[in-house]
Amino acid sequence: MNKMQKALHELSEMDELAARQSPIHSLHPAAKLITTIVYILITLSFDKYDLSGLVPMVLWPVIMFQVSGVDVHTCFYKLRIVLPLVMAVGLFNPFFDKEIMVTIGGVGISGGVISMITLMLKGVFCLMMSFLLMATTKIDSLCAALRKLHVPAMLVSLLQLTYRYVGVMTEELAVMTEAYSLRAPGQKGIHVSAWGSFLGQLLLRSMDRAQELFSSMMLRGYHEHFHYADIRPFNIKDALFMGLCIAFFFLLRYADIAQLIGGLFVR
Amino acid sequence: MIEFQNVSFAYEKKEYVLHDMSFRIEKGESVGLIGANGAGKSTIMKLLLGLLQGEGKILIDGIEVKKDTLGEIRAKLGFVLQNSDNQMFMPTVYEDMIFGPLNYGLSREVVDQRVDEVLKRLDLEYLKHRYNHKISGGEKRMGAIATILAMEPQAILMDEPTSALDPFNRRLVINTIRELDQTKLIASHDLDMILDTCDRVILISGGRIAADGPAKEILSNKDLLEANRMELPLSMMGKK
Repeated sequence: MNKMQKALHELSEMDELAARQSPIHSLHPAAKLITTIVYILITLSFDKYDLSGLVPMVLWPVIMFQVSGVDVHTCFYKLRIVLPLVMAVGLFNPFFDKEIMVTIGGVGISGGVISMITLMLKGVFCLMMSFLLMATTKIDSLCAALRKLHVPAMLVSLLQLTYRYVGVMTEELAVMTEAYSLRAPGQKGIHVSAWGSFLGQLLLRSMDRAQELFSSMMLRGYHEHFHYADIRPFNIKDALFMGLCIAFFFLLRYADIAQLIGGLFVR
Repeated sequence: MIEFQNVSFAYEKKEYVLHDMSFRIEKGESVGLIGANGAGKSTIMKLLLGLLQGEGKILIDGIEVKKDTLGEIRAKLGFVLQNSDNQMFMPTVYEDMIFGPLNYGLSREVVDQRVDEVLKRLDLEYLKHRYNHKISGGEKRMGAIATILAMEPQAILMDEPTSALDPFNRRLVINTIRELDQTKLIASHDLDMILDTCDRVILISGGRIAADGPAKEILSNKDLLEANRMELPLSMMGKK
C-alpha cells in the first residue's frame, strides 16, 4: 500500500468511525455542530496570556473521547499533518515578547512563551473538537443539519462535494504515484521536474472522475437537498445536551477552574 | 420506449461523432449496442440521459429529452456506469441504494422495503451494510446494479457491465441481467455477454448505424464484424 492508498484508507476510516454507536453518535448532528462551534469560539476568546484559564478547556474533549469511544491516539494520528502547522503558530512569539511574566523556581518565563503555548493549545483543542465532530457525525447528516440551520444549499453542496472530491483526488493520486514509482525505481517521491505535468494530469483526471461522479448523483435525482441523510427530529435530549455543554463551556470560561482546583492543594 | 429520431451530435463544432441516427427500442426489449472504441456508444447513452444535448429528437416513453423533462426522464432510466467506483459514492451499499429513491421523494419505509426486496432478489443481503471501499470489484458491480434496481426504472442502460470482472462475477452479472424484465440497452465489447443477454444488436460504426437486427444474426456475421473492427464472439468461433 503506498502513501496515497494509506491516506485513502484513513479517509474511509472516518466514515466508519462516524457510523459507530455511542451516546454522542446518537445525538442530533445540529446539536453537535452548534456545541462544537460554541466550544471553538469560547476557546479562541481566551486572552493570549490566560494559559491557566485555557487549560481546563481540555476537559470537554477528554469527556467526549471517553463517551464516544473514539480513540485519542486515532485523533492525534489522523491530525499528524495539521498539528505541526498549528503548533508553528506563535513559534516566534518568544523572540518578540521577552517581558518576564511568571517566575517558576527562579526561572523567568516570558510573555512570548506563555502566548506561544496558549496559541498552540487553542489550535490543538479546536482541532480535537473538529475531529470529534467528524468522527461522531456522518458527513451527510452534518450537511443535512447545516441545511436545517438554513445554511444556503449551494454552500452545503460545496462542502459535501468537496468531501467526496478529496477521496476521488486521493484515489487518482494513488494510481498516479504508483505508476510513477514503478517507472522510477529507487526514487523517493516525485522528482521536481515532473511536478508541473503531474499536478496538471492529476487535476484533469480527478476533474473527469468528479464530473462522472456528479453525473451519477444527478442521474439518481440529486438536487442539492439531502433527503438521503438519516436525520431524525431534534428532541429534548439534544436540547439538554446542547444547553448543558454550552453552560459548561461558559463555566470554564468565566470561573477560574484551574485556580479553584489549585486552591484545594496550595494555600 | 426509447426513440432516436435523426439525432446528430458533435463535441467540437462540425466534428460530428453521431450522424443523423434513428432507431427505436420497444418496451421490454433487450438491445446490445456494439462498436469499436470511439464509435459513439457512450455518446448515445449520455444523450439518452440528457447529459449531452444534440440535434434531432430523443423520446423516452413518449417524452422528449430536454432540460425541463430531465427529472421525469431520469426517473424512468437507470444507468449502470462502467466504473462502479463512480456509481458507489456513499459510504455503504445501503446508503447508495437509498440515495436515488429518497431523492425522488419516496418515504423511508417504502425505500427500505425496496432495498430489502432488491437485495433478496439478487442474493446480496450480506452486502447491505458493507462499506463500499471494503468490497470486491464484482460485489461493487452487483451493488451498482442493485442501486439502480432500487429506483425501479422502466429501462436500464449499462455501459460495459462485465468489464474487469473475473469469470465467476461476469457470469453472475450476466445471469442477473438476463433476469431483469426491464427494457435494456447494453453497450459493450463483450460480445459473448451481448449474445447471452440481448435479442437484438445495434452495431455502431463511425457514428452511424452499420447494422441493426437479431443478435445471433449480427454476431455470427464475421465479415460484417471484421469490417467494423470487431470479431466473432468466442462462442461463435468454429460455428457456421
